[in-house]
Amino acid sequence: MKIAARNLGWTVRGRRIVGEVSLDIAAGETFGLIGPNGSGKSTLLRLLAGIAPRPVGEVWFDDMPLRRLPRREVARRLAFVEQQAETAEALSVRDTVELGRTPWLSPLAPFGPHDAAICAEALAAVGMEDMTERAWTTLSGGERQRVHIARALAQRPRIMLLDEPTNHLDIHHQLSLLRLISTLPVTVVIALHDLNQAMGCDRLAVMEGGRLAACGPPSEVLTHERLAAIFRVGARTLTDPTDGARQFRFHCLEDHP
Amino acid sequence: MIGAALPAGLLPRVGFRALAGVAVLLSAILGGVVLGETPLPWDTVWAALANNLWNAGHPVDPIDQGIIWSYRVPRTLVAAACGAGLALAGVVLQALVRNALADPYLLGVSAGASTGAVAVTIMGLGAGAIGISGGAFVGAALAFGLVSLLARAAGGGPAQMVLAGIAGSQLFNALTSFFIAKSANAEQARGIIFWLLGNLSGVRWPDVTLAAPVAIAGFLACLWHMRALDAFSFGADAASALGIAVRRVQIVLIGAVTLMTATMVSLVGSIGFVGLVIPHAARFLVGPRHGRLIPTAALIGAIFLIAADVVSRMLIPGQVVPIGVVTALVGAPGFALILIRGKVRG
Repeated sequence: MKIAARNLGWTVRGRRIVGEVSLDIAAGETFGLIGPNGSGKSTLLRLLAGIAPRPVGEVWFDDMPLRRLPRREVARRLAFVEQQAETAEALSVRDTVELGRTPWLSPLAPFGPHDAAICAEALAAVGMEDMTERAWTTLSGGERQRVHIARALAQRPRIMLLDEPTNHLDIHHQLSLLRLISTLPVTVVIALHDLNQAMGCDRLAVMEGGRLAACGPPSEVLTHERLAAIFRVGARTLTDPTDGARQFRFHCLEDHP
Repeated sequence: MIGAALPAGLLPRVGFRALAGVAVLLSAILGGVVLGETPLPWDTVWAALANNLWNAGHPVDPIDQGIIWSYRVPRTLVAAACGAGLALAGVVLQALVRNALADPYLLGVSAGASTGAVAVTIMGLGAGAIGISGGAFVGAALAFGLVSLLARAAGGGPAQMVLAGIAGSQLFNALTSFFIAKSANAEQARGIIFWLLGNLSGVRWPDVTLAAPVAIAGFLACLWHMRALDAFSFGADAASALGIAVRRVQIVLIGAVTLMTATMVSLVGSIGFVGLVIPHAARFLVGPRHGRLIPTAALIGAIFLIAADVVSRMLIPGQVVPIGVVTALVGAPGFALILIRGKVRG
């Protein structure tokens, strides 16, 4: 499913956090959002998910404006993995993943074997199938992150928004998560901090001060000039001799000119 | 038609549990009718109930018949409705506010309801149980609105809500005292203060026809929204992302909580600790998922308040202890237990 933003913006107490963002993300694309801390990546994701109150501009799913859809219909199309979503309830891993079925259930269509199968599949996709009865409070940060992703998968969305999903994960789970995301048959919008991981996206958008500074294929977007101007780092490009893949090696630029 | 949409096996399982719950509730109600300061044998109680329910025509002493049918049965039914209603109010508030300490008493809803009820009683606005309940509803809604606004102004977190609730409770309790001091004579004042502590002595059949439908409607409203309440586990944004119309659900459920609290407070006064402790007891038994939590909390709340009423009648011979005193004597240690368990977990 296509997702598009038209002049999207968000202002809180007169201060503009995000402004004038227009994007067209194709069906099935893996679209990366990068930018320094506080550049508006998380807010842009919240706007695309339709959960930021009083937004400016429009979000479109294919030819349908988000604001005309009931929340339930939005949640059937789009799943959102927030950066930090915690609970004090004594929920188990299974309980949490089953929350993902919420938009598909009603008092007259309760949770059934079909839903249980979807949840089991989602748990297996993130490698948590042996921990279904574990309590949320006993999970590590990385395990919680994987359960949230399983919950989002259980929503069976056609668009997934992920806010820095590799945070808290060890290197094995970072790589397996990114591989899982790239194989999903859905549109993915993912905020990332690791610019080398961002190289794996189909396209990248660079945020700076709440605006879109650049958008395009990673090799065009991640230029040395832009890395210096926006991220305040110098970079050298290294090439892996086994497969020719490019990697950045960063060093700090002098902060004070 | 509804049954056809359900997966096979679910309906019998849910049906069996519902039947077991109703059986337990009826036994508790029967227990509440049998026990009291005047000991009545089972067969007398049974005969009196049969006479009134289907004109069985058993010979029963008219005084016993009166005690059972006009006094104990309505009292026990109202106790059950109040216990269930207050427990459900606690379940909903704890889920929506995301704070284990949320309950109608701590969030000032009960205090607001008391103020409204007292204002109507003293100033003679409206008349009868409906008038007082209406006043209590307005007071409760005002209190919740004020507490929510204050919590939002203070930053809007779960802790702010409880702190704002404490401020709101103090304010509305002060208003209640002010109304009593200003307008009530000594006789009225004594009666009101006794009622404020929680008291089922004056309960008769008309009170049942108000309390029972409100409790049942509140129960059904909560049960209908069980998945929405589950979805609030990770906060309102997460609930919204899961397809919950957050604002609509909040309005419906807060409305149900306000209605239940106001009705119960207007009938039996302000009873603390039921809404706070019972949901935790239910969570301990069946876990945090609302599909099980809601019926369990309602059932335990009903049984708890029936038992508290029996104790309040029998604790001191010849005298009725306010039921609020009994629930606090049991509830305060229960509350302490929750605090200690919370510390261990955190």
